[in-house]
Amino acid sequence: MARRRPETALPTCSTTATVVNRLGLHARPAMAFVDAASGYKSSITVKNNSDEVDAKSIMQVMMLAATKGTKLAITADGEDAEKACKELKKLIESGFGED
Amino acid sequence: MKLSDIIVPDAIVPALTSTERDAVVRELVDALVAGGAADPSVRDDLVAAILEREKKGSTGFGRGVAVPHVKHPSVTRMAAAVGLSQQGVEFESLDKQPVYSVFLLLSPEDKPEEHLQAMEVIFKNLSKETFRRFLRQATTVEDVTTLLDEADNQQLA
Repeated sequence: MARRRPETALPTCSTTATVVNRLGLHARPAMAFVDAASGYKSSITVKNNSDEVDAKSIMQVMMLAATKGTKLAITADGEDAEKACKELKKLIESGFGED
Repeated sequence: MKLSDIIVPDAIVPALTSTERDAVVRELVDALVAGGAADPSVRDDLVAAILEREKKGSTGFGRGVAVPHVKHPSVTRMAAAVGLSQQGVEFESLDKQPVYSVFLLLSPEDKPEEHLQAMEVIFKNLSKETFRRFLRQATTVEDVTTLLDEADNQQLA
């Protein structure tokens, strides 16, 4: 399901972020997340307990069913990996501007 | 959660009459009302809320599918309609392509976990090429219910 990470010497970054908004990662925040992820050159995956998916695919991100309190692991590979991790974590933990 | 837990059999529309987004939303909400999943008194309200939601960002997520939805206080349990179009519906999709399969979902306002689980099962299936292809080939309610059963029983690749 998830995009295979290329075995290169490009920087890799991993982080975790907890979903804080009451409604969880429903369609609108999922879209915002995918939009943000798509802005990076790195290949990026996001994982809940069981599924690891491509952070740039809305269909796949919707399959995470990430409720409030869910811990998501983000992994980025590529030249802008570190920035991607930092910004995507920040976005999730900002609650996407929701309560 | 399974597709059969949320899809209202009477709200399976194998041949949508309209090819335009707003009319398709009305058609599917009407099917849910007729199927007893929503009260006739909130029909206009549901349609307006779903279209309002679409204006904030299309739920035409690409690959010929759209999942318009709303959380509404009048809804007591998750209910979904399925509408198919041979011609394709103009849905302002992310990939700008027409939509051939529409899953319209009504969710209670106070059960975000159930809403996410319903979205999960819908997308788990819609992300499968086999499921999308069979759905597009379906022409009768029976075709659709058979496919949904197969999907629920994980008989699809």
